[in-house]
Amino acid sequence: MAASVSAAMQVSLWQVLIQRRSVLIGLIILAIIALAAIFAPLIAPYEPNAMSIRDRLTPPGGQFLLGSDEFGRDVFSRAIYAGRVSLSVGLGTAVLASLFGVLLGLLGGFFRRLDGPISRLIDAMMAFPDILLAIALVAALGGSLFNVILALSIVYAPRIARVVRASTLVIRELPYVEAAKALGVSTPNILVHHILRNIVSQLIVQATFIFAYAMLAEAGLSFLGVGVDPSTPTWGTMINAGRAFVGTADWLILVPGAAIVLCVLSLQIAGDGLRDALDPRLAKEV
Amino acid sequence: MPLDAAADTLMRIEGLSKTFRTARGEVHAVRDVSFDIPRGSVVGLVGESGSGKTTLGRCLLRLIEPTGGTIDFDGVDVTSLGHKALKDLRKRVQIIFQDPVSSLNPRMKVRDIVGEALKAHGIGRSRRERREITVGLLEEVGLAAEHIERYPHEFSGGQRQRIGIARALAVEPDFIVADECVSALDVSVQAQILNLLDDLRKKRSFTMLFIAHDLSVVEYICDRVVVLYLGRVMEAGVAADLYADPCHPYSRALLSAAPVADPDHGREREVLRGDIPSPMAPPSGCVFRTRCRYAEPRCAESVPAPQIAGAHHQQSVACHRLGEI
Repeated sequence: MAASVSAAMQVSLWQVLIQRRSVLIGLIILAIIALAAIFAPLIAPYEPNAMSIRDRLTPPGGQFLLGSDEFGRDVFSRAIYAGRVSLSVGLGTAVLASLFGVLLGLLGGFFRRLDGPISRLIDAMMAFPDILLAIALVAALGGSLFNVILALSIVYAPRIARVVRASTLVIRELPYVEAAKALGVSTPNILVHHILRNIVSQLIVQATFIFAYAMLAEAGLSFLGVGVDPSTPTWGTMINAGRAFVGTADWLILVPGAAIVLCVLSLQIAGDGLRDALDPRLAKEV
Repeated sequence: MPLDAAADTLMRIEGLSKTFRTARGEVHAVRDVSFDIPRGSVVGLVGESGSGKTTLGRCLLRLIEPTGGTIDFDGVDVTSLGHKALKDLRKRVQIIFQDPVSSLNPRMKVRDIVGEALKAHGIGRSRRERREITVGLLEEVGLAAEHIERYPHEFSGGQRQRIGIARALAVEPDFIVADECVSALDVSVQAQILNLLDDLRKKRSFTMLFIAHDLSVVEYICDRVVVLYLGRVMEAGVAADLYADPCHPYSRALLSAAPVADPDHGREREVLRGDIPSPMAPPSGCVFRTRCRYAEPRCAESVPAPQIAGAHHQQSVACHRLGEI
């Protein structure tokens, strides 16, 4: 029954999301941040790395909208450019981790023989603290943007895999899968058309959360100095650099910190709303 | 046996067994079942829940791998088919499911649900041709061409079951397993679906194994009946004979439980006490003995062999006390 109700929900998913004001606000904030990052060269008043020793540590307001750092670089411009890294890492990780996770989860959930080894692999990976595993992987792979995405995808893929595996185990036993087998539909087609297609909504919700986790983790990695190339501004490196001036120039930490909070919060709210909208039991309360 | 002498047998099931291994032990879902399905007939498979009817039906399509016995389908042993031959079998043997809700993928349109069957077997050369075939099938089962672009949740239970039937018919099978295909529907809708199946069968002349627990439905549609209890065949035979004169105590109990649409009809009711025993620990000897009012010590000793019985010698009955009771 639940499966068919969620199909009915799909039609009005967008309406449900819009009706929830918190979700709408989350989506709007996210859209603004994303647009600012995409059109950074047009919006940013300064080059992100343009130094001006005379203007260093200028408080927000005057010449620099959100102040300047210890090298006289515009914090607002840097924060916008840094958003590009954060969003790329978030989006890239969400997509790549979904890809890995779906592959592992589908195979483990559908083929009994693969379930043991794959489940143990997932358990083993989830036993590591996220950030430690990410640091180890980035240290091993080297600190480029793609390697950070790859490392975080490996860290978060098990979360996706676990959700996909659990759903696959349920759907595998449903009569429509049996019907497809009885019709002689090939196993890859069953996996894609009958199983994956019915997991997509849960997958989107999980991917939203991983988007947020990955952005947070990237900031953490950059803060610790194992993130992307240090010459590229990221919110994490900005906070790390601003640490020395906490008492005198707090905007150096507050601006990138606020950016992280806003981004992660709006993603979480959107993800929560998405999950509620896709869950027929919760959707009634809208 | 005269029962097996049917001139043209489409499917011959011999000694079929299915044992599931679980953490708590072995479950004997189907044990040493043998019967024939004559070409063009409708054979009813009846029994309580847990009697192994569904498992047996699934075994015939190799949706479940049987652990023993043979299934001869038109000269081929279904149990030993390889991958390629199995796909060919699936063009000839189809199944209609009990639950019209979960047997249709909620994310697929009717066009794809039915079209998938066509695609899998390369029926219809183009998308357009497959669409035409699908529309034809929908009209044949009492739906309209415009339904092709709809999702399953937009249909009622009866309509969904019609979609399930259209899907099964898409490959033009010779044999269809109908697994309790009306028990989830309202009585009025049940009649429509039964009539539809009957019409389709006359038109397309396929053979059918009709799995049910409702004996009045089986009487209406079936030529022959097989009564299953705890994975074993209790009684099998021509439907009219078996209904007129059930020989096995279990068949008698089942039939006396079925309502008769005649207020003056008085008959002795044989009430079955208790539940069907667990298939993990079935009783020794005759599996029915724990609920049988005629049971004797010898019933616990050996499994009764099927014997010919009934007024027209058209029934096969597995009971030690046949003739005495």
